[in-house]
Amino acid sequence: MITEGQIWKWLEEVSDPEIPVLTIVDLGVVRKVELIDTKVKVTITPTYSGCPAMQVIEEDIIKLLKSKNIQEVEVQLVLSPAWTTDWISENGRQKLKEYGIAPPADEVDKSVLFAEQPKIECPLCHSFNTRMVSQFGSTACKAQYQCNDCLEPFDYFKCLK
Amino acid sequence: MNNNLFEYLLRLGDDSLIIGHRLSEWCGHGPILEEDIAMTNLALDFIGQATSILNYAGQVEGKDRDGDALAFLRYEREYRNLLLVEQPNEDFGVTMMRQFLFDAFRKPLFEALTKSTDKQLAAIAEKSLKETRYHLKHSSEWVIRLGDGTEESHKRAQYALDTLWRYTDELFFENEVDQALQAEGIVPSLAPIKKEWVKTVQDVIEEATLTIPQNGWKQDGGRIGRHSENLGYILAELQYMQRAYPGNKW
Repeated sequence: MITEGQIWKWLEEVSDPEIPVLTIVDLGVVRKVELIDTKVKVTITPTYSGCPAMQVIEEDIIKLLKSKNIQEVEVQLVLSPAWTTDWISENGRQKLKEYGIAPPADEVDKSVLFAEQPKIECPLCHSFNTRMVSQFGSTACKAQYQCNDCLEPFDYFKCLK
Repeated sequence: MNNNLFEYLLRLGDDSLIIGHRLSEWCGHGPILEEDIAMTNLALDFIGQATSILNYAGQVEGKDRDGDALAFLRYEREYRNLLLVEQPNEDFGVTMMRQFLFDAFRKPLFEALTKSTDKQLAAIAEKSLKETRYHLKHSSEWVIRLGDGTEESHKRAQYALDTLWRYTDELFFENEVDQALQAEGIVPSLAPIKKEWVKTVQDVIEEATLTIPQNGWKQDGGRIGRHSENLGYILAELQYMQRAYPGNKW
């Protein structure tokens, strides 16, 4: 007998294609798992509207559950409530740090122009003496930072609320 | 099918698609690497929004067209985007000014649309609003930096504002489509949105030490499919693959 809990556990085998150290469960992309008779329905939500990883994630979920002998899988994409970085699990934040990506810090108010950027800890030398190079980075969810002490350039997973 | 809703979704989706395409033209040509990456990131957000909105438009229409069919297989006259978003990139100053004038409109619009009685439209607005907030911050800061920058950047920023200003009235174009949808609580009236837009624009333009043009002539037509010559060139590039190889997938 398959339970929803079992499906959630299995889904931890699906990683984000762009940040493979995170599972889609860590990232908070999986919103709901339902067992409807013999069918499994998984509801997911995109991090950003244009996130190109969503299609791959959908295919990966179907592939994984089929490999667990679930014949009928439906993946539904919902936009509301809209994803926020608050949904990244504590485990996920820890994994990001170890991977060299600074996890999201508290939000700066986006209506304030030229506001001071949050002080982000360098994932390499742990100094807070860092600076933002660009609000935009290698993917929609990241900003570019550099450490002023060890000079390491690093990705910061920017806060989205 | 709700014809009015379909029409409205085309406006919203085509605005996102065309400005996203314009931004994507900067890929590999940005003045600095960080802005090259920024503009392509913005483009990605807009194309993503367009995908959600046009897919939904296809559902509402109920004629078996999805977002791709609507993006790749309509002609200029069937497009409903603003003239503002199809204007050429010219230099970085013009691109950022266009972005600012548009973002300042989109933010209050999406805020209001989150309260739509149409659940899917409200969900799309909720998602897009989060992105629009940081788009507006980015473009506002650039307008101020350029306007209140060097003599050259000030001159170019003022040129950008003068060139684009005639297309800003169209942001608040309303016709019977809006009236019908407003009566059902699906879309907001644009009057309060215009009020907020005017305030945002005045504040930022003033801080940028620029001057809002006083000339009266305003151009519209995009919302009813009458576009500038620019849109044809955009679609020629955007639609080339599907026109040359119909039904091609990758």
